[in-house]
Amino acid sequence: MSDFYHVSSSPHVRAKDTTGRIMLYVIIGLLPTSLFGIYNFGYKALILILVTIASCVASEWVFNKIVHKKNTIGDLSAVVTGLLLALNLPATLPWWQAVLGGVFAIVVVKMLFGGLGQNFMNPALGARCFLLIAFAANMTSFEINAYTGATPLAAMRAGEAVNAMDMLIGRTAGTIGETSAIAILIGAIFLILMGVIDLRIPASYIITFVIFILLFGGYGFDINYVTAQLCGGGLMLGAFFMATDYVTSPITPRGQILFGICCGIFTGLFRCFGANAEGVSFAIILSNILVPLIEKYTVPRAFGQVKESKKAEGGK
Amino acid sequence: MNKYLERLYNGLIKENPTFVLMLGMCPTLAVTSSAINGLGMGLSTTVVLVFSNLLISAFRKVIPDGVRMPAFIVVVASLVTVVQFIMQAYTPSLSDSLGVYIPLIVVNCIILGRAESYASKNPVLPSIFDGLGMGLGFTVGLTLIGLFRELLGAGQIFGFQVLSLSWFTPITIFVMAPGAFLVLACLVAVMNIVRKKMDAKGKPLAAPTGCITGDCAGCGMSATCTGKRTADHTVKTE
Repeated sequence: MSDFYHVSSSPHVRAKDTTGRIMLYVIIGLLPTSLFGIYNFGYKALILILVTIASCVASEWVFNKIVHKKNTIGDLSAVVTGLLLALNLPATLPWWQAVLGGVFAIVVVKMLFGGLGQNFMNPALGARCFLLIAFAANMTSFEINAYTGATPLAAMRAGEAVNAMDMLIGRTAGTIGETSAIAILIGAIFLILMGVIDLRIPASYIITFVIFILLFGGYGFDINYVTAQLCGGGLMLGAFFMATDYVTSPITPRGQILFGICCGIFTGLFRCFGANAEGVSFAIILSNILVPLIEKYTVPRAFGQVKESKKAEGGK
Repeated sequence: MNKYLERLYNGLIKENPTFVLMLGMCPTLAVTSSAINGLGMGLSTTVVLVFSNLLISAFRKVIPDGVRMPAFIVVVASLVTVVQFIMQAYTPSLSDSLGVYIPLIVVNCIILGRAESYASKNPVLPSIFDGLGMGLGFTVGLTLIGLFRELLGAGQIFGFQVLSLSWFTPITIFVMAPGAFLVLACLVAVMNIVRKKMDAKGKPLAAPTGCITGDCAGCGMSATCTGKRTADHTVKTE
């Protein structure tokens, strides 16, 4: 019997997208950022990226071995987590702290909650926040061209002028992957074209953040200030690569927009009124925690379904 | 086993308040930033627990059933006040670092739990040993948590630098609030592994019933509890 007559239950049409394939697209999307980070911060950045990825993949493998589960490192999600985590670390971080971060991301944030698809928080961001609290000194010392400098956001907070053009290209101090807005945008456009992410979360995130900054930033409508806030810190990387994580963002379209708005408001709050100059990672993690609630209230109406309240009116 | 020793074993291991019953979590998470704090908190709770069990057990026939909770609280609160004054007089630095958690021993659920479920129904001597066992179990739990947090978060054990700062970077998250949760979770996991091993060996440690009061009608968990006692006070098999 030929395949043509093969009888099976639905679905009959399957997309080629597997988890591994999507993760591969994300890795390709992160390549420009990674390459620019290595170019900007030198071989240290390359070593840190490789160490973090190795740590993530190894801890997933070891965890699955210990609890006798099928091994899942083939779906590349651990590689993406490792790469994203490394892009969120300063290039000068000692390698063992990066390894610890990788273990924390995979074992505590992801695997203990049931593995890919079950974690309520972005593993890379969870680990970054863990490292930020655990090794505050190492995580906030940024070095570029062999001298230690403040990040543009910290400089702006101290009242110094910053060059928005430098920040757009990325020749500034910061974590490995956050400095170049252009490199991130190239990767993001690739992901959008491939249909891996859509614009709902990043757009609502960034628009909300800009509105917040215009209202409460204290500079009014200053194009240089707004550009610097947009390109500074982890906002671009966070909006396009972390907030859009399938597992930890809402699945409903309206929920995604609401989620982006939450991220934007939190980021603005932390940056304008918080103790630190940067707040993207904490903002996204907080919004991750709100996701179940957001999804509960944004379930789309099925075709032909009548609202409960209207039904009651009709019955009168 | 001797019934007094059995009480000690019960409090230290079988129904360890920190790792098995999960009682008194508030001081467990809040004051264990160093081993000495954990030890101090544990010992002061033990003192209160032993004496409250003694007094409540001695007065169990005089205390009317309807007002037993206020009566227990009065006994416990008086004892806590005594302990607090003694600590302020002789260990002022420890008293400062434990702060509000010393007065809060009054509402510690281990103490009221033992008073309600054991001391108010049993003679004086077993009650004292019950209090001692539970108190020591609590002390061991808090000291262990404090030990790990201090070691990882500052490289110290009881205030002595054991990991040299020349090569060790303190993981400061462990002396902060999230570290308490991480360490507690790991230690409970270890305890559960031990329990499983003992079960497999055929020497079960007895699963925790989670039953604090033994009084199903007045228990807040009554709606969801799966181990309800029948009229003749034997636990139903699940």
